Amino acid sequence: MTTTGGPPIPPPPAEGLTTARTTPRKLTKAELRAAEAKTRLTSPWASGIAIVIAILWTVPTFGVLLSSIRPQASIQSSGWWTWFTNPEFTLANYEQVLYGTGTAFSTFFVNSVTIALPAVLIPMTLALLAAYAFAWIEFRGRDVLFVAVFSLQIVPLQIALIPLLTEYVNWGFAGSFWAVWISHSIFALPLAIFLLHNFMKDVPPSLIEAARVDGAGHVKIFFRVLLPLLVPAIAAFGIFQFLWVWNDLLVALTMVGGTPNVAPLTVRLAELVGSRGADWHLLTAGALVAIIVPLIVFLALQRFFVRGLLAGSVKG
Amino acid sequence: MSDTRPESDVAGGPSAATTTTEGAPPPPAHWRTGLKEGSTAWTVVLVALFGLAVGAAVVFLLNAVGILNIQVERGTWPVWFTSPTTAVGKLTIMVFAVVVFAAVMTVVLVAADRSKRLSNGLLAAAFVGPAALMLGLGLLYPAIKTIRGSFFDRTSENFIGFDNYVSILTGGGFRDVLTNTAIWVILVPIFATVIGLIYAVLVDRTRFEGLAKGLIFLPMAISLVGASIIWRFVYEFRPDQEGVNQIGLANQFLVWLGFEPYQFIITPRLNTVFLIVVMVWIQTGFAMTLLSAAIKNIPDDIIEAARLDGLAGMRMFRYITVPSIRPALIVVLVAITMTTLKAFDIVYTMTGGNFRTSVVANEFYFQSFRQGQIGVGATLAVVLFILVIPVVIYQVRQLRLAEEIR
Repeated sequence: MTTTGGPPIPPPPAEGLTTARTTPRKLTKAELRAAEAKTRLTSPWASGIAIVIAILWTVPTFGVLLSSIRPQASIQSSGWWTWFTNPEFTLANYEQVLYGTGTAFSTFFVNSVTIALPAVLIPMTLALLAAYAFAWIEFRGRDVLFVAVFSLQIVPLQIALIPLLTEYVNWGFAGSFWAVWISHSIFALPLAIFLLHNFMKDVPPSLIEAARVDGAGHVKIFFRVLLPLLVPAIAAFGIFQFLWVWNDLLVALTMVGGTPNVAPLTVRLAELVGSRGADWHLLTAGALVAIIVPLIVFLALQRFFVRGLLAGSVKG
Repeated sequence: MSDTRPESDVAGGPSAATTTTEGAPPPPAHWRTGLKEGSTAWTVVLVALFGLAVGAAVVFLLNAVGILNIQVERGTWPVWFTSPTTAVGKLTIMVFAVVVFAAVMTVVLVAADRSKRLSNGLLAAAFVGPAALMLGLGLLYPAIKTIRGSFFDRTSENFIGFDNYVSILTGGGFRDVLTNTAIWVILVPIFATVIGLIYAVLVDRTRFEGLAKGLIFLPMAISLVGASIIWRFVYEFRPDQEGVNQIGLANQFLVWLGFEPYQFIITPRLNTVFLIVVMVWIQTGFAMTLLSAAIKNIPDDIIEAARLDGLAGMRMFRYITVPSIRPALIVVLVAITMTTLKAFDIVYTMTGGNFRTSVVANEFYFQSFRQGQIGVGATLAVVLFILVIPVVIYQVRQLRLAEEIR
């Protein structure tokens, strides 16, 4: 898509002129690039290194993708690169991994979805409200509280796992969806509040004051003025949290690891490595089932994600 | 914009003194709630909700420290509510959870909006309260309990002082764990950042920039478990025999080059490096994204001036690019260090901590949940926390420094 191979497609307006025009314009662009390239790091070595890195970063995933559509016998007896001389195609691996009795990834897929949505929506809502108060409501002890929340960011979640689990057991919630939802919500809050607070503070104070003069209370300001402005920030955090929850292993393993009704894909996948570590037809297909959703979300909303990353870490 | 509220100035007096630094006169009273006269009924609702939450929190805490003794039997809650078995049941309980949450929050906010003459404190409690309560009960209290637990034995009843810490620092098995953690924390940030930086510079403003960056970026969307499987497949070993083909790419390369196939994951000491490769593979995209943005932010006139002075290629990189993006470099290094310290999935999935590959985060899980060594597990969690602190202090100091220069 980024490449401009093949004949140039003329843009709809000014159709008659384009063929005459595009060719010289394209040339100048290429020339410009060549001229610029001379002053930059460019040498055969430089492009060589870039290509090697790009290949190293892509080939492992590609190998798994290709293997997942090869028959079991072929995967076990020859490398996936032989596919190019001996192409084969089957969906049997996926069928077995999704619906087979020992694997049943379709069940765990539903679990992952069930875990992910509330675990994104709940902390996002709570963090938005808290961030608003920290940014725009004056109250006693605000600064102390904000610094406290801010510093909770560095607490590794490992430190809270066992006491939390004890409490879930105490209240009869261990191994339930509620345990994972609540845990993920808690662990997400410090970063979420900090990130959204950064965005909130970037909203011009005059906007808020104008709304106040018009007689709007904080609740109205929050919903009518701030929320619409914060859509990109919300999207950024939403993707961030979704990827985190969907890909999480530690929290899921601790809280619901022993409950197949609730455990997400990552737990099942890790289990599969332990129990059937040599069954590559299952592992490759299983890995792809587990990564396809975050991959799609990520590719579709990459723009927001990058913006969130930059805002979260550079502004500090 | 210049918002001058002293956010980090904790020690400075009552916060009311710092409230009106925005240049405006102190807001009239009606700004707090709006011009509309609210109703007292809603105030009562809000205060009642507030009391309910505080009461629940108190009961929770009293029970947690053992003053109350409430114990809900497993199975008291209906199965459809805790862990439904059908897909429809799961999605229903999911929707139910979201709806209940939304309903509660709506009531809180409506009450806050309609209440009569609400003080800012109560209003803020409606906004911050839920989050603060969850953090206090779900993160702060457990952290304190874990720190306390690190001074107790496996039953959490007998105080044993620093014995757990001593055994971690001197015990034979733990030495590998600490060494491995050090190797991870040194190698991952350096390699991920260096490769990310080189790549960002190389593809900057080239024709394929978008695609090239996307390729490196993609592993970030993959779970560490997924990435571990992908790399286990790369490292897969088949004995070097007649008629046996390698199916792992790494070993196939060794064979093509005329070497014997190698047990990448199992052969101790070097295997840690091969696990680290997986983490570098994932984190490089993060480094590249942030550094690439920083490179694009270098003002053009600086680059022009350097170019006129005859700087190009490697020297441009060394004297202009790297110094200009120093703050971003530090942020990236620190962020990757923190992620690496806490990451446990890769070791868990690839070796389960066997073959001398365990790290602190993995050992924590192993000791707590497999060995039942609650005290040692708690100690490892605290060690993890202690290891994070200097990294954070370093970052804060560096950022302060960068701000002063600016």
